[in-house]
Amino acid sequence: MATRDYSLLGPNARQAVDTGLAAAEWYHTDIPRARMKDLMKRTDQPAIRDTAILFACMALFAGIGIALWPSWWSAPFWLAYGMLYGSAMDSRWHECSHGTAFKTRPYNDWLYQVASFCMVRNPVSWRWSHARHHTDTIIVGRDPEIVAMRPPALFRIVMNVFGIFDAWHGWTRMLYNASGRIHPEEAAYIPEQEQPKVIRVARIWVAIYAATIALALALGSMLPLMVIGLPRLYGAWHHVLTGLMQHAGLAENVTDHRLNSRTVYINPISRFIYWNMNYHVEHHMFPMVPYHRLPDLHDAIKHDLPPANTSMWEAYAEIIPVLRRQLAYEDVFLKRDLPATAKPYREDFHSAALGTAAE
Amino acid sequence: MPWIDACATDDIDQEDLIRFDHDGRTFAIYHSPDGTFFCTDGLCTHEQVHLEDGLVMDYEIECPKHNATFDYRTGEAKRAPACVNLNTYETKVEGGRVFIAV
Repeated sequence: MATRDYSLLGPNARQAVDTGLAAAEWYHTDIPRARMKDLMKRTDQPAIRDTAILFACMALFAGIGIALWPSWWSAPFWLAYGMLYGSAMDSRWHECSHGTAFKTRPYNDWLYQVASFCMVRNPVSWRWSHARHHTDTIIVGRDPEIVAMRPPALFRIVMNVFGIFDAWHGWTRMLYNASGRIHPEEAAYIPEQEQPKVIRVARIWVAIYAATIALALALGSMLPLMVIGLPRLYGAWHHVLTGLMQHAGLAENVTDHRLNSRTVYINPISRFIYWNMNYHVEHHMFPMVPYHRLPDLHDAIKHDLPPANTSMWEAYAEIIPVLRRQLAYEDVFLKRDLPATAKPYREDFHSAALGTAAE
Repeated sequence: MPWIDACATDDIDQEDLIRFDHDGRTFAIYHSPDGTFFCTDGLCTHEQVHLEDGLVMDYEIECPKHNATFDYRTGEAKRAPACVNLNTYETKVEGGRVFIAV
């Protein structure tokens, strides 16, 4: 049984480079160029509509929450506000980091900054981190965004349902960066000329949090923190619920997104919050396709993909048994069958990495 | 600098690009919205992914892997994760053919 070191500076990182897994060529389903150009085409309208709805709902829920504070009647409104702040902003951060949400670049950049603040993800560091996630998706020692490691870090995952580890990491890293330092792991993927921007953003954020805490102390109330900061904790559950489905239980160290990513059909409200990232194989294979065209991309290539999970329930019914088995035997993973219309997996290419597929 | 016959003008749709390989090197040739042709190195300066499957919008090319963006007229890197400019090469059109100076 292989023991994994997920550190970006450890032996698995060096091994991935030595074996050619790092920055490798990945499998792509064939799509005619004209069709692909149509799918990649940018427009502002869908994201303007969705962003207007998002911020209107946030203002409404927070406003009612403030009006009803400190009554418990305010709780449902805080939960709704928190889900938008601590989960919908995760998908906005993600889509805008790709620059695909809007056609107009400043709109992407503006929403990216707001969403990064809400999620406590430094917008400079995390842009580079996410680029690495796309270069080396679920390559051990290379991908800094692996959530369900092997053996699965179940305690960490459960704590992150309330944002505990991720927000703590974000806030401590913010203070670290604000002190003028770049962590060695960040230095592994952020070019030197970009590093001063990391520090500048961290210092701006520290000022915003300091002002929020000062206001809370002046008012003798935690209400300001219910609006800024704490929703990253009490609203995180939805992005953890949807985010865990992306890759959990699937293969590591392969170069075919059909083996390490999962597409799941989910309800319309979750799709709004998650901005269609439930089409995750499609997103990884073609990251230039905007979120609002992913259902069309899915229709165009589903003949070449493992069948999508039909619901979150079905996805978790598939994931949980594999994670439980990985607690005892970490090499085990789930390998989904492809439809007859698909090009087969390159078994010869992946055999060394695949290890033992679950029955 | 020798002129190399790269392709026919109608090989590239307007606001699109094609790949052109020559003498062990790889290039991207663009047909801009105003009908002008441009040429850059074929590989993104971020992680050496070929730009041939990227998206041309107006006068910019977006890398298909990480969405880095360049102005293909000047090679200027416009959006992270690209920080290094693309090399550009002169082009000319003669007799319905696109020539590049490489």
